[in-house]
Amino acid sequence: MRNLTIGFLLIAAFSTCKSNDSKTSLPIYGTRQAVTKIVDGKSVTDTIYQTIPKFKFVNQYGDSISNKDLDGKIYVADFFFTTCPSICPQMARNMLKVYGTYKNSADVRILSHSIDPKHDSVPVLKKYADKLGVSGNTWWFLQGKKEDVYSIAEKNYLVAVKQDSSAAGGYVHQGYFVLVDQQKRVRGAYDGTEPKQVDQLIADIKTLQAEASSKTAQ
Amino acid sequence: MKYSRIIAAISTLSIATLSIVSCESNTSLEFKRYYSEGAEVYQTRCQNCHGNDGAGLSALIPALNDSTFLKKNKSSLACAIRYGMKGAITINGKAYEENMPAAELAPMEIAQVITYMNNSFGNQLGIVTMDEVEADLKNCKLIPGSNYLQLIIKPSR
Repeated sequence: MRNLTIGFLLIAAFSTCKSNDSKTSLPIYGTRQAVTKIVDGKSVTDTIYQTIPKFKFVNQYGDSISNKDLDGKIYVADFFFTTCPSICPQMARNMLKVYGTYKNSADVRILSHSIDPKHDSVPVLKKYADKLGVSGNTWWFLQGKKEDVYSIAEKNYLVAVKQDSSAAGGYVHQGYFVLVDQQKRVRGAYDGTEPKQVDQLIADIKTLQAEASSKTAQ
Repeated sequence: MKYSRIIAAISTLSIATLSIVSCESNTSLEFKRYYSEGAEVYQTRCQNCHGNDGAGLSALIPALNDSTFLKKNKSSLACAIRYGMKGAITINGKAYEENMPAAELAPMEIAQVITYMNNSFGNQLGIVTMDEVEADLKNCKLIPGSNYLQLIIKPSR
């Protein structure tokens, strides 16, 4: 009987450990490849994950923003346009929560890509940011070539959405917030119109921050 | 003779009282119906922009809690919802200049949603009926060459 109790306690202890573990690690989305290299005469197998490729856009201040500006940063990407009357205000309202939580964190960025670059010029984006109450360099509103924006959205950022959703097409307009880690791997996708999912995103950013600090500690 | 007069007086009085009471409950029943239908219209057609609490969005989308503004512009609200708005307005002392898109709603839905808005978010302005909305919609002045409402909106302060 005593042994049984200890056994149960042990199982309980392990299962709590396990659930803690699953909470503190996020999935890595996209395709992956196993690559075997010879390092110091030994063969080492590495997993290469899909990452966000090179890009170059312009932000609301007229500054050029490239993938290099996101090196080592955790960031959230979404797609919108300033004159969008449907889901965008709801997305902006929810993204303001993310911004409010992390605006003083040097390792977090938000990238809102306009899918209507013809109308959303740099001054239009600046005015939009001002009116939203966004300043500084945490949240960038980006303008670029329409085909570049659509291509990076569908082929790269929204891979997680495609894996999770059976619905075809129209991902760009569905209001997803995509979470990207310090190595530019997609780690999560959240419905930007759902306050509960956005709360999860806010928590998951913290998880990525903890992941980074535990790695540097090792 | 005397008694019959008194009885007549009492019965007249009680009929009058009864009709007043039933009239009141009719009004409040109508109000409740407008309000609850209006809440549904609000959720599907207004909430994305103005928020579930009617708080708007920063300096982009105005809040709906400026009772003074709503009262002063009562007769323009139906036109604003039906045709959208263009041009600057001042709400709670702050200027807003984005366009509001038109919501193609039926007069009844407009009346319901105005009743909901005018009695939510801290407002207490009573019912706006379909008849009032239909009358207001006859007087919408549109911006020439566009489908937007010509703003004759009066500031609240």
